[in-house]
Amino acid sequence: MNAHAIEAPEMKATPAGRDRRPGLARLTRVELRKMVDTRSGFWLQLAVLGLSVLAVLITVLWGHEDDKTFIQILSNALQPAGILLPVVGILLVSSEWSQRTALVSFALVPERPRLLIAKVLAGVVLALAATAVGLLFAVIGTALASTDLHHVWSMPAGLFLQDLVYVVTAMIIGIGFGAALQSSAPAIVLYFALPVAFAALGSIHALSGVVDWINTAEALEPLTTEVMSGHQWAQGVVALALWIGVPSAIGLWRLTRRDVG
Amino acid sequence: MIEAEKLTKRFGGRAVVDDVTFRCEPGTVTGFLGPNGAGKTTTMRMICGFSTPDSGHAGVLGGEYRALPNPGRRVGVLLDASAQHGGRRGREALAISAMTMGVEEKRVDDLLGLVGLDRPAARKRVRQYSLGMRQRLGIANALIGEPEVLILDEPANGLDPEGMRWMRGLLRDFAERGGTVLLSSHLLHEVDAIADRLVIIGSGKIVAQGSKEELLSDAGTLVRADDRAALGRALAAAGLEAREADDGGFLVDAEPRAVGAAAQGGGVALVHLAPAGDAGLEQLFFDLTSDNGKEGEE
Repeated sequence: MNAHAIEAPEMKATPAGRDRRPGLARLTRVELRKMVDTRSGFWLQLAVLGLSVLAVLITVLWGHEDDKTFIQILSNALQPAGILLPVVGILLVSSEWSQRTALVSFALVPERPRLLIAKVLAGVVLALAATAVGLLFAVIGTALASTDLHHVWSMPAGLFLQDLVYVVTAMIIGIGFGAALQSSAPAIVLYFALPVAFAALGSIHALSGVVDWINTAEALEPLTTEVMSGHQWAQGVVALALWIGVPSAIGLWRLTRRDVG
Repeated sequence: MIEAEKLTKRFGGRAVVDDVTFRCEPGTVTGFLGPNGAGKTTTMRMICGFSTPDSGHAGVLGGEYRALPNPGRRVGVLLDASAQHGGRRGREALAISAMTMGVEEKRVDDLLGLVGLDRPAARKRVRQYSLGMRQRLGIANALIGEPEVLILDEPANGLDPEGMRWMRGLLRDFAERGGTVLLSSHLLHEVDAIADRLVIIGSGKIVAQGSKEELLSDAGTLVRADDRAALGRALAAAGLEAREADDGGFLVDAEPRAVGAAAQGGGVALVHLAPAGDAGLEQLFFDLTSDNGKEGEE
């Protein structure tokens, strides 16, 4: 027991920080912590690490000789992050509703858009960290796989930047889906089902040209494998703008308009 | 200080909260009493900026809750004890709140001790908590920022008698140090044990409010006689409004003096004549519950 623990503030001078708004940096650190301190968050991230190691190992041990390049191994190492981190992003937002923690979070941070911004920033930090880890695995994997030092290590800087774009945007799209749907299961299902649905649309000949511009699966496919041309970038940027912009806008609108219950 | 002024909220055309006005002053514990579905939760959520009133105004500490720069340091809020991530450990849930509002994390351990969650309990995931443990965690969460105002929705729900006594001591102490407390309950005995002021709500409207003494003195007179029928006639003859009380007597809407005189006029020997007090409050609340209790959950 601590007798001082509930001392009312009138008893002393108002402590510093009492009326200081929590800064975005602090809120981002809080959101980062919230991503890893739940059981689901912890296992998802362990899964990303484990699968990344597995992807590198499989490529190194059983991959085709032509695939044992740094570019390819890094691309494989980043796939688990690209696929699973968005789920972490979805849960970071949707669990505020499904676990009803919004009642606590919004009580502490009533400016809800700030909370969403902090979540996006935390997502970006986590995505960068995941890329760094993937990079480390890929370096180790490539060193183990190859004897041909000159050939396999070459990697254009542009391609590495594209890898970063791939992981970071996947995370942000996930957060957008979580914010738009405010419910974990539908957000996860839709996140994985929509690209498939778009791909199906793309198989209709008349629509295939359009789908190349709006579906991330097609538009972003070259991100981790080749330095993209101007045309490919145009398609990628359009698709990303759509996949980030639309869910985020819906999410922001619901977040600010809707009563929390 | 907490203020609600002509607060109104409609859901699908029905006024869930209807012209609700009350104030909670520093140094008091106000019990917000009403049956389930009476509008307590909606009112409290409007005060905390979770829900926008259709008309009227709600505020804390002289302004809107949402305008507070770091609300956790001024107002401690527990809106739903179940609103914690089931996959997070109890201590971690508090640590996150402390970090958000910029409070040192070591205070978390002080608070866990204060609310009686020991080390093994603090390490458990919230999913494994009983409702009583969640309430304790929620109260610790509300207290982390050393607030001067507490807003607690049904905090006694799920607490055992020992827990109730503990909470009473905690909140009384908080109020005596100058804090303001608003807590809701659908059970009279909970509020009766903890609060010194009452705001009673039914079907979204304030039915009665005031200090417990005021409400008790307004509660009427409880009178009993062996010859019940004669007493009933005597009260009717004196023009006093009387209802049959649970224990065989009458609850009369008048001062004991007037009731005694009426009995004397009718020549009835009384066995009991006293201000209704708690029994009257219970009757008032019972009438409320039986009128409005059918409207379902909030």
